[in-house]
Amino acid sequence: MAKIILVDTTMRDGSHAIRHTYEAAQAAAIAEGLEEAGVPILEVAHGDGLGGSSYTYGFSKSNEFDLVRAAASKVRRTKVAVLLLPGIGTIEDLKQARDAGASVVRVATHVTEADVSAQHIAAAKELGMMAVGFLMMVHMTSPEHIAEEAAKMESYGADYINLADSAGYLMPEGVTDRIKAVRAAVKIPVGWHAHNNLALAMANSLAAVEAGAEYVDGTLRGLGAGAGNTQLEVLVGVLNRRDIETGVDFYRVMDLAQDVVDPLMQRPQVVDNGSLMLGYAGVYSSFLLHVYAAAEKFGLEPRDILVELGRRGMVGGQEDMIIDVAYQLKQKGGVA
Amino acid sequence: MSKIKVGIIGPGNIGTDLMYKVFRSKNLEMGMMAGIVESEGIRRAASLGVPVSTEGVKAIAAQKDIRLAFDATSAAAHVKFNGPALKEAGIISIDLTPAALGPYCVPSVNLAALQMEPDINMVTCGGQATIPIVYAVSRVAGAAYGEIVACISSKSAGPGTRANMDEFTETTAKGIELVGGADKGKAIIVLNPAEPPLMMTNTIMVRVKDSSVGLEAISASIDEIVAELKTYVPGYQLRVPPMLEGDKLTTIVQVQGQGDFLPEYSGNLDIINAAAVAAAEQIAAEMLAMEKGA
Repeated sequence: MAKIILVDTTMRDGSHAIRHTYEAAQAAAIAEGLEEAGVPILEVAHGDGLGGSSYTYGFSKSNEFDLVRAAASKVRRTKVAVLLLPGIGTIEDLKQARDAGASVVRVATHVTEADVSAQHIAAAKELGMMAVGFLMMVHMTSPEHIAEEAAKMESYGADYINLADSAGYLMPEGVTDRIKAVRAAVKIPVGWHAHNNLALAMANSLAAVEAGAEYVDGTLRGLGAGAGNTQLEVLVGVLNRRDIETGVDFYRVMDLAQDVVDPLMQRPQVVDNGSLMLGYAGVYSSFLLHVYAAAEKFGLEPRDILVELGRRGMVGGQEDMIIDVAYQLKQKGGVA
Repeated sequence: MSKIKVGIIGPGNIGTDLMYKVFRSKNLEMGMMAGIVESEGIRRAASLGVPVSTEGVKAIAAQKDIRLAFDATSAAAHVKFNGPALKEAGIISIDLTPAALGPYCVPSVNLAALQMEPDINMVTCGGQATIPIVYAVSRVAGAAYGEIVACISSKSAGPGTRANMDEFTETTAKGIELVGGADKGKAIIVLNPAEPPLMMTNTIMVRVKDSSVGLEAISASIDEIVAELKTYVPGYQLRVPPMLEGDKLTTIVQVQGQGDFLPEYSGNLDIINAAAVAAAEQIAAEMLAMEKGA
């Protein structure tokens, strides 16, 4: 089996779990540790990507370009990536990220809307960056449809395709089918990004690797939206046991998780009831903490809000609709 | 009563919907629908008795009695050809592309100040739906920051929008500042593929400068502008009434289109067209009044 390239997103997806409060010194420390452990790519940005700092997604404590700069200052072999959602971030943001030291951009769209990424993927290539086509919420459509959307991103110039189970909804066989369908449709490598809302992040990541994924996302201590992501240090151990080469130093990545990431966590990264409902109802994981806040404000049960968001088919980036749903539920007397 | 003749450049979905809105207008009538190739839109206009041409802006500029023209093509075409040609012919441009050669126009906010402009720009669909609210807040409580999230159904996001998402976010943000009156603007757009398609929904959040003005005064200002908007977009309504938490004002609006040519869920396309026609009607009313007086 080919070597697996691990992508650490503790400082991007993990940013959701600590409400976008990263500081430059923390970014530098995590980046330094990832470099020493030999992790090939790290991602740093607001959880909703460049330009995500807002009322809707939460304001960042630090300027995200300062975080990129801090991370980039500590790495030599490890590449620094940013996330960009067209409609939130812009090419102007991307240029600033590149100037701050980012050399990879993952351009993320809802799984059925790949064509909105053409402009940004092309711009990334012109800027001399590695460009990744990142399809979110892949549980919402069929493997065949995902393959078509992935092929569009390949045609725009993407260097690899990353599939994200943003709601943590899929079962392992659903992952296998999707990775295989995309592999058959494109010539570029395929990657995988899991959420642990149904406690399947590790099993699903393993299924993705077995189906031919070459890039796998993870975060230290699993820090991420909802119940978090595939726990990176555990993934290194699991892949070691499978004799799959990652080039990552197992002890160093474990130490980094314990010594640097543990102390900055604000809540235990577990499958709490809200996270479980995200996975069960197929709702975008980043909604979780915003749903808890709205439930408290309107005196509602968070699970009712989550189920209604799922029923309405809300997609990534629609955090603003949490208030809409809460308000409408409240009008109806709090019952979904 | 006499009417002012208008031209439409670009016989696609937007141009065709504009034509149906002109048919309903009391001050405007169709002078010509122009494209650059034979198309379904040209054939439809001809079958409805509208003069048509495939000579583009040239044909419209040559019509002596056309006083106003809607440009529903692309930013590049407006900058290179249509804008300059219309200006030379003395025809007022109502520009629906993101070219923005002329000032931004949001009829419920600043049309009165733009009466003499040769070229007015309609910002973006999201801008037409949200800038009036930002303005309604800023005029009574000030606005340090205005943020909007526009959700449109995937089916109503055309290839032009999809190929240039930054144009939407950047232009709308600028409109929030220049027309809405916020010191800083931010715009986010989300496409949702749900079936049946969702109505266009917009969330507006403003950091007010003076929260002591109170929710009641801010709400009254918003209600006033919503009433104004409803005169040209009847399907515009507040989904979530204004809420004030500290200095943060939040409200959510929904835009149901009139279904002239485009489906009702395409409130985004309806509102920019309705705004363009509302602007044209007021400019035409001035023209007619001046002629009557002369």
